[in-house]
Amino acid sequence: MITYTKRFDSRKFDETRPMEAKVGVIKRADGSAMFKIGKTVAIAAVYGPKALHPTYMRNPEKGILRCNYNMMAFSGTGERIRPGPGRRSREISLVTEKALASVLDLSEFPNTVIDVFIELIQTDSGTRCAGITAAIMALADAGLIMKDMIASVSVGVVGGKVLADLNKEEEDFENGAVDIPIAITHKDNKITLLQLDGLIKKEQLYEALELAKGSCAKIHELQRKALMEKFTQNGI
Amino acid sequence: MVSELKSYIESLLSKGVRADLRKLDEYRKPINVEYGISAKSAEGSAKITMGDTVIVAGVKFGVDKPYPDNPDEGSIVVNVELLPLSSPDFESGPPDVDAIELARVVDRAVRESKAIDFKKLCIKEGEKCWMIFIDIYTINEAGNLFDAANLAALAALQDARYPKYDEKTGVVAYDERTSKPIELLKIPISCTILKIGNNLIVDPDLEEEKAMDARLTVATADDDTICAMQKGGEVPLTTEEVKKIVDIAFKKRPELLKYLKK
Repeated sequence: MITYTKRFDSRKFDETRPMEAKVGVIKRADGSAMFKIGKTVAIAAVYGPKALHPTYMRNPEKGILRCNYNMMAFSGTGERIRPGPGRRSREISLVTEKALASVLDLSEFPNTVIDVFIELIQTDSGTRCAGITAAIMALADAGLIMKDMIASVSVGVVGGKVLADLNKEEEDFENGAVDIPIAITHKDNKITLLQLDGLIKKEQLYEALELAKGSCAKIHELQRKALMEKFTQNGI
Repeated sequence: MVSELKSYIESLLSKGVRADLRKLDEYRKPINVEYGISAKSAEGSAKITMGDTVIVAGVKFGVDKPYPDNPDEGSIVVNVELLPLSSPDFESGPPDVDAIELARVVDRAVRESKAIDFKKLCIKEGEKCWMIFIDIYTINEAGNLFDAANLAALAALQDARYPKYDEKTGVVAYDERTSKPIELLKIPISCTILKIGNNLIVDPDLEEEKAMDARLTVATADDDTICAMQKGGEVPLTTEEVKKIVDIAFKKRPELLKYLKK
C-alpha cells in the first residue's frame, strides 16, 4: 500500500480547506446562510415555524423539522444531474434532519413545521457537511431557540493517514478512502451526525473522531463570526 | 387585500411614480452579473442580481443522439426550478406550470433568435450531437423572474466552455475543459412590461406583480428584430398598448445588454 505522505493540495493532515461563512444571504427567508469549504458551496434557507398542512400530520406535542438537501443540476462532477430527489439526496435530507433536530427545542412549537432547504451550487466533496454547517447558521439566523450550535466536517483515512476534510481527489484515492461525515455540538462535543464508508481499524476511527472535534471547533469560530457580523450590522 | 394594494399602486402610477420611487420605465438597481459562480462543476455559470431578485444559472454539456427530424443538429434544454428556498410562496416538487412557462419563454428567446447555430452542435449526423442544458434556479424571488432568468441564462451561456470529447470512445471528459466557447450569434434580451390600470411599467416588484392586469414579455434579437413574446394575465391589451410595449422593449435593450460582457 502506498502511504500518503503529502496531501494532493499540500494541506496539513488536520487542516481543512479554506472556508467562508455568511449569514442572511436570502432576503425572503426567515433565516439563511452560505457556507463554502474549498470549492463546495452550500446555501441554506429556513422558513417557519409555520402551521403544518395537511393538519393530520401535525404533532400537538412538538414541531416538525423538515429538511431538503439538493444538488443543483449543474453542480456535480461530470454529467448533468437530473433534477428532483433521488435516493442519495433523500437519505442525506434524513440524516441532516436528525443532526439538526438534536439541538432544537421543537416542543416549543407544537403543530408547526420548520422547513430547511439546502442547495449545493458547486461541489467538491463534503457536501452534506457543508449543508449542515450552513443550515444550523440559517436556523440561528431565523432566531430559533437552540440548545447548542453544530459544526460539521468530513474526516477520513487516505493511504493509511487519518485526515480532516477530504477533497474529491482524496475521496477517489486509488487504494480506497474512508469517508466519515460527522457533525458535532459546540459546547459538549456530542455527535449528531455520524456516517462511515470504507474499511477502518477502531484505533483509527477514534483518532478520526478526535480530529473532527478540532476541525469543528474551527468551523464553529467561523459560524459565530458570521452570525455576529449579521447581527452587529443590524444594530442588535 | 389585493384590491386595496392594487388601487394604491394604481394611484401612485397615475402620478408617474412607484412605491420605491422608480420611474415607470426604470429597472431596479443594482443589476449585477457575476460569472463563474460554479466554475468547478458547471461548464458555464452565472448569478444575476436584479434589485432583490437573485437567480443562478448553470450550463452543462451532454452528448446525445440528434432528434430524428433534425439529424444534423444539436439542441438546448432549459429548465427552471422555482426553489422553495427562494420564497415562502414556492412549494417543493416537480416544476409547476409557472416554472414551465418561465423555462419555455427563456428557451424560446434563445432558440428563435438563432443565437446558437444548432448545426454547429452536431458531432456526427444522425448519431451524435451536443445537448446544452441550461438549469436556472431562483435564490431570492422578488419579482420580474422573466427578465432575470433570461439574463442569467445568457450569462451562463457566455461563460460556458466545451468539455473535451473523445469521438472514438464517445466519452466526455468533464474534468478537461477546452477553451472553445458557445458561439452566440445574437444576444436575445427579454423585457417584461406589466399593465396595471392604464399604466405600463418595466421590471415589476412583488407587489406590482400582485396588482397586475396583463403582462407582456418581448424578447429582442437585435436593434430591430423581435424573437419571442409571451402575454400573461387575464386583461386584454389593445394594439396600441402592444405597440407601446414593443417600443419600450427596444428602448430598454441596450441598457440591459450592457450588463453582459461583450
